[in-house]
Amino acid sequence: MTSLVFAYGSQLWEGTVATVQLALLSLGLSFVIGLAGAAAKLSANRWYSMPATVYTTLIRGVPDLVLMLLLFYSFQDLLNRITDAFKQSQIEIDPFLAGVCVLGLIYGAYFTETFRGAFLAVPRGQLEAAAAFGMTQGQTFRRILFPQMMRFALPGISNNWQVILKATALVSIIGLRDVVRVAQDAITGTVSKGAYYAFLFLLTAALIYLLLAIVSDWFFHILMKRYSVGFR
Amino acid sequence: MMDLIKEYWQQYLWGTEGRPSGMVVTLWLTILSVCLGFMLAIPLSLARVSTNPIISRLTLAYTYLFRGTPLYVQLLLIYTGIYSLHAVRATPLLNYFFRDAFRCTILSFTLNTGAYTTEIFAGAIRATSLGEIEAGRAFGMSTLTLYRRIILPSALRRALPAYSNEVILMLHATTLASTATIADILKVARNAASDYYLPFVAYGIAALLYLVVSFLLVWSFHLAERKWLAHLRPAIKRMG
Repeated sequence: MTSLVFAYGSQLWEGTVATVQLALLSLGLSFVIGLAGAAAKLSANRWYSMPATVYTTLIRGVPDLVLMLLLFYSFQDLLNRITDAFKQSQIEIDPFLAGVCVLGLIYGAYFTETFRGAFLAVPRGQLEAAAAFGMTQGQTFRRILFPQMMRFALPGISNNWQVILKATALVSIIGLRDVVRVAQDAITGTVSKGAYYAFLFLLTAALIYLLLAIVSDWFFHILMKRYSVGFR
Repeated sequence: MMDLIKEYWQQYLWGTEGRPSGMVVTLWLTILSVCLGFMLAIPLSLARVSTNPIISRLTLAYTYLFRGTPLYVQLLLIYTGIYSLHAVRATPLLNYFFRDAFRCTILSFTLNTGAYTTEIFAGAIRATSLGEIEAGRAFGMSTLTLYRRIILPSALRRALPAYSNEVILMLHATTLASTATIADILKVARNAASDYYLPFVAYGIAALLYLVVSFLLVWSFHLAERKWLAHLRPAIKRMG
């Protein structure tokens, strides 16, 4: 029975790699969107703060699966209409790329809120001191705001990462060969041979996610210690 | 677009010909799993803060397992995984329970939200100020009375902001039921999208409906917080 898991072992490994890559790239994208979103939301200029508020409110009010299907299929539909209009062959959107973009866009809204809170937690005096030193906005951000902000943002980042890691499972619904999809394919593959190993494969998939969660917990624990040096 | 709306609007909201679907099913899934999860979380959060390390660790194992794995995998494991076991099919009662998609979905949703809610409540119980407990003890309350009259009412109120977040996340998570053939809002949207080849309209309507329900939930929790957390509001705001 366990030999069967090993038979699908290399595929499960590839699925795991796809899951981790997807999660890391989505994290990177949402991190950047979050920083920009937080800066926009805190801006005194309404032309920046208003769209950012609309973005975070809309995204966080709609389920991630709905957004994923909405964006993926609408964009594919639009692309098909364009290629049809120009009499070109259809272009299939890559599920991995789509997954990164959609997850990045969704969790960018959550990161915007995390970073907004963290920006506000840095004492104003620090920014005034930086201004008094004649630092440019970029320098202030790089040298003063970012290093101090990270301490307040880390619990939120850790939380968002765990959520993104689990949300990647949804991308299998739009066709990515991640851990979940590999497990489901393995089930179909064994059922056609008359065996019912659904429980075993799904349990393996669950354990892989659990392992990833444990490793990330440990990693963030170390990061948290590093950014809290000088406090407590 | 109008054709799609004309044909599907009833299914999006409450269904047709005695077959409920859409918003009604989504709300029913949410209410049922949130209520069952709440009932599960009350005793488990007490077990989680127990001074007995075995009880506390066992509860942690449960919450960690369910918070560390995706709900989608949990649903698949309960819906397809468990039913594939011969022992389950051979037992009439288990066979009856796990054969049905709705029951499996509710079970996995309840176990999942129960795990998150347990940690939220346990956190609030731990954060109860010592003065409240001392005051209760000074009145000669037994541990049971203390929990019933002082710790739980105080902790559940303070847990309200985090709990409202969890309820909204649960509403969003019910979309996974559509993968188990249950006719919630998203399932209707998927049918409509493939029927008319209008994914933007079909999923857009679904997104709008979820948005409306989310806002109503946020608003009602806001009212609940105003009522039950009035004692924790800053003094200046309270006067205004």
